[in-house]
Amino acid sequence: MNPSEYTISSLRAAFSAGETTPEEALRSLATSIDKKDGDIGGYLSYDLDLALADAENVDLSLPLGGVPVAIKDLINVEGHPCACASKMLDGKFRSPYDATVIRKLRAAGAIPFGRTNMDEFAMGSSNENSGIQPCRNPHDLDRIPGGSSGGSAAVVAADTAVAALGTDTGGSIRQPASHCGVVGLKPTYGRVSRYGLVAFASSLDQCGPMTKTVEDAALLLEVLAGSCSRDSTCLDAPVDSYREALKKDVAGLKIGLPKEYFAEGLDRQVREKVETAIRDLESRGAEIVEISLPNTEHAVATYYIIATAEASANLARFDGVRYGHRSESADDLLSVYQDSREEGFGAEVKRRILLGTYVLSSGYYDAYYLRAQKVRTLIREDFTRAFEQVDVIASPVSPTPAFKVGEKSEDPLAMYLADIYTISANLAGICGISVPCGTTAVDGKDLPVGLQLLGRPLGESGILQVAHSVEQAQS
Amino acid sequence: MDVRKVAHLARIHLSDEEAETFQGQFEQILHYVEQLNQIDVEGIEPTAHAAAVFDVIRDDVALSEHQLSQDEALRNAPATAHDQIKMPKVVE
Repeated sequence: MNPSEYTISSLRAAFSAGETTPEEALRSLATSIDKKDGDIGGYLSYDLDLALADAENVDLSLPLGGVPVAIKDLINVEGHPCACASKMLDGKFRSPYDATVIRKLRAAGAIPFGRTNMDEFAMGSSNENSGIQPCRNPHDLDRIPGGSSGGSAAVVAADTAVAALGTDTGGSIRQPASHCGVVGLKPTYGRVSRYGLVAFASSLDQCGPMTKTVEDAALLLEVLAGSCSRDSTCLDAPVDSYREALKKDVAGLKIGLPKEYFAEGLDRQVREKVETAIRDLESRGAEIVEISLPNTEHAVATYYIIATAEASANLARFDGVRYGHRSESADDLLSVYQDSREEGFGAEVKRRILLGTYVLSSGYYDAYYLRAQKVRTLIREDFTRAFEQVDVIASPVSPTPAFKVGEKSEDPLAMYLADIYTISANLAGICGISVPCGTTAVDGKDLPVGLQLLGRPLGESGILQVAHSVEQAQS
Repeated sequence: MDVRKVAHLARIHLSDEEAETFQGQFEQILHYVEQLNQIDVEGIEPTAHAAAVFDVIRDDVALSEHQLSQDEALRNAPATAHDQIKMPKVVE
């Protein structure tokens, strides 16, 4: 077996059995990337020499001993480039330190290997906003892989990575996982440290695993989760043994179906796959309950005010002064700022910075930003009430299978509206996972469909447990 | 929304073409988000963070790890001189 085809679990077993070595696994991955990734564009770069140096002294007895993990291009890895798929940083920045998630991966024996493509600064749902290169869906190269963690999803799906890290601000782990047919988990806000992640919207961003199996996601989350002295929003709550949760069946669990998530706009074939997966959970003893999340229709509007407001503040740091692109034509302070930002940022990033600046500007703050924060409270309360009734919420991840490249790129609002099922979880700070639940044939290609499972704050064990059951029904 | 004015606040120079495209898109997006005006938010507390966030305070001493040398701190700078970041002249 080609080591790139392994899961984390099977690769660890192969190391223990002496069937392969971390060095061989890395070399084999590099060969697969060279062979397959040209068409997909999931990687922006990789550095085999640095990874081989990391592999030299690796302790195989550790939970992720010798396992290569692909890293989304907004996570800092010391000595590696970190460009957020933006011309603002491409070729101009090497990280001076490791993000906490990278320190945790290293402490568990993992080897960061490869920088994965993404929408520029994580802003997008199709990966078409990458400022460096396009990324395609390995199941159909005419289609988008999803976004913003499109590269991470694509490389796991294409077996050019064993597992990857992504980040999720409005669905950026779950939606590409759904479109590429891999497992993607967005942890509860604060479950995983954000230190060393280039911030997009600080009150919404979370980093999480993108893997081939639910078991791998559980294992990776055990390593990533936990408190961090460098992120004051990181929760100091004990970390469950998520793999233990996979041993439990779903009998007796109450699973809620929000009626607003099965309304108009949901593709018929996606609905069919999702409902089949839910019926299967019912046949395994779960109790299915219809619930209501009445403020769902306001989630996209709320999100695109709050996320852009936070982005406009966070991205102020890219000013051409201390790092990143500086315009060569700039000859005074103002033009250093204005021209560097004009040249460095792509259209979607500019759009969001401008929208965010507007909703925070004097005279509009109360009407837009403050109002959106209040509606955010209502959205959060919808979930609080729902989780008094049910243990887990099940829904589609995305209203349609992966759409075609170019289909929505000229219409930002249409692109935003496709995030309808995923963004509420970020606004409410709850956890969610996308798990493959079948494929649907479109234009002669089998396109993956994901089932979304949402859990209460720190309810990762519950959603992993249900996801595992869905996965077993698929095999 | 006056795109030019906002672009100046955000310190982003826009080409005429970009300003025009954005103007149309922003009108569409702002029209969409104005649906929030229909919701009664009287007496609702705003949510800034989904989880309760508290200040975390540690002793005011430098951590032994993660200290960047001057050289490391300057390594990503677009222009440097005399161990400092170089910028165009600010005062006349």
